[in-house]
Amino acid sequence: MKVIFQGCFGAIGVAFGLSCAVGFAEGVVKIDGSSTVYPITEGAAEDFQKETGTKVTVGISGTGGGFKKFTRGETDVQNASRPILESELKAAKESGIEYIELPIAYDALTVVVNAKNDWVDTIRVSELKKIWEPAAQGKIVKWNQIRPEWPDKVIKLYGAGSDSGTFDYFTEAINGKSKASRGDYTASEDDNVLVQGVEGDKYALGYMGFAYYVAHQKRLKALAVEWDDKKGAAVRPSEQTVLTGSYNPLSRPLFLYVNLKSLEKPEVMKFVEFYLAHVETLAQEVKYIPLPSSAYEKVRDRFKKKKKGTAFAGHGDMAVPIDEILSRPLVP
Amino acid sequence: MRPDLFHALQAKRASRRRSIDQWFRRLGLFLTLTTLGILGILLLNLAMNGLARIDWNFLSSFPSRRAGEAGVLSAWVGTLLLMMVTAGAAIPFGLAAGIYLEEYAPKNRWTDFVEINIANLAGVPSILYGLMALGLFVYQFQFGQSVLAGGLALACLVLPIVIVATREALRTIPSSIREAAFALGATRWQAVWHHLLPYSTGGIATGVILAMSRAIGESAPLITIGALTFIAFLPPAPWVDHVPFVSFDWLFSPFTALPIQMFNWVSRPGEEFQANAAAAGLILMVITLSMNAAAILLRRRAQRNITW
Repeated sequence: MKVIFQGCFGAIGVAFGLSCAVGFAEGVVKIDGSSTVYPITEGAAEDFQKETGTKVTVGISGTGGGFKKFTRGETDVQNASRPILESELKAAKESGIEYIELPIAYDALTVVVNAKNDWVDTIRVSELKKIWEPAAQGKIVKWNQIRPEWPDKVIKLYGAGSDSGTFDYFTEAINGKSKASRGDYTASEDDNVLVQGVEGDKYALGYMGFAYYVAHQKRLKALAVEWDDKKGAAVRPSEQTVLTGSYNPLSRPLFLYVNLKSLEKPEVMKFVEFYLAHVETLAQEVKYIPLPSSAYEKVRDRFKKKKKGTAFAGHGDMAVPIDEILSRPLVP
Repeated sequence: MRPDLFHALQAKRASRRRSIDQWFRRLGLFLTLTTLGILGILLLNLAMNGLARIDWNFLSSFPSRRAGEAGVLSAWVGTLLLMMVTAGAAIPFGLAAGIYLEEYAPKNRWTDFVEINIANLAGVPSILYGLMALGLFVYQFQFGQSVLAGGLALACLVLPIVIVATREALRTIPSSIREAAFALGATRWQAVWHHLLPYSTGGIATGVILAMSRAIGESAPLITIGALTFIAFLPPAPWVDHVPFVSFDWLFSPFTALPIQMFNWVSRPGEEFQANAAAAGLILMVITLSMNAAAILLRRRAQRNITW
């Protein structure tokens, strides 16, 4: 007992005595941010480290949590499932952080129902709004309230939890305001929970990332989404419809933000170059939708010329075709 | 009252009391088995999903986007290092605080206040400890997102458990032991060091086991301070080939831990990653159980030499 106690005290004393001033700052590429972008970045980090031996770390603090670190200059690269916001732009300016904004892939939010559901195949944007807007809470509870010919059965709703970027984006795209949503549905940050919920209930409806739908597409049915003013032009999420911008408003670009100052470190420069060279195959491998090859060329060119700034000026309007995003002027 | 009536009444009462006793025995047995059953089902479920994934490669590989190649090397090493820091901080601080509060501190309103607050601290959600650690250890003390900051965050989280357990253990020692020591001229410290602490090792060790078992499964505070998910290298080794032969650089190394890796895998699309999560869960269980076994063994040894 005595020995153990003395050992404990001794160890702590020695620990603080010897190594308080030591930091851990050798060539590591530090990345943090969105858990949606994580699988792609993980792939790049994995292969880059195997090929060059340079150390890369990736965290999942979420897009917002990651931007806090990025705008303080603590990370070199930021994973983001939405563009940088005004408050974050301000924080970056205050700490003198300049950045390059790089679109890297697409994610399509997918509205899904149970595979046994035989009455719905397409849904209108206004109907989605009717289901999900805050005013629907406790009022829209049956299928036939949305369209009279649908069954007189209770609709079970499954959606993203309020901490996820998916929630921010879906509410923005459908309800017109980020984070404005009804609250009486089964919410989870973990899309697998939503998959299980919809799989097990004939009268369920939910939304989730495209990759989760692809992994379970035998037991789920993805709905085609149509604008109210374009009847008969319902679009189902797929690689093509997302790329051409026709699957809207539910497709969103994913981004990488690179700290301009970090590019002075050769390992960060090499990592981003490696990332952009391989992102097309990586995105496909983890079931995301890659940009068209021509867009990647523009993205690589933007990086090569170190064009700084954002194409969104602090706003989150993302349902725009990739060509438009890449041709907009950049503002710091 | 007639004696035969009296006896009959007594016999009736006795049989009723016995039947209550029997009922409680059955209820207790039933509830115990239910608890064990739930644990068994949980383990079985984990084992069915994850056992097939556990092999040397799983233990010796870094995370990967390919579920079949992904492993938990950085995670289990991170968890072990975290537990070393947590134990190294929580045990001495908790013991010292417990001993002071129970043996030294005067009993007054102030100590009552402290006591209530320590009990309350044990119920604070773990993410708040994460936020505190982010402000204090990561930024104020400049430890960065390191093993040291993570371990200290977990140590703060479990400190109340260690303190309360220490106090409870000290309280069960008959005061005659203290009085005997004082009567022979021992100082308070001598009484504590030579008598009270050795006698209460069992209770303290149990508290420490509980504390460590709670700490090892936490992911929220670690994610809050910025523990990583993908890290494909290990912290520097604690020994070096030059004077002073030990190195504490690992304390300042970035890290990941088993619960974080599980959390990430559980939320990935596809079945293969779910198997990985279950396998990581099994490994976490094995580490927890072997930590507990070691503590129980230690407790047995410490208690062997005690004769009152």
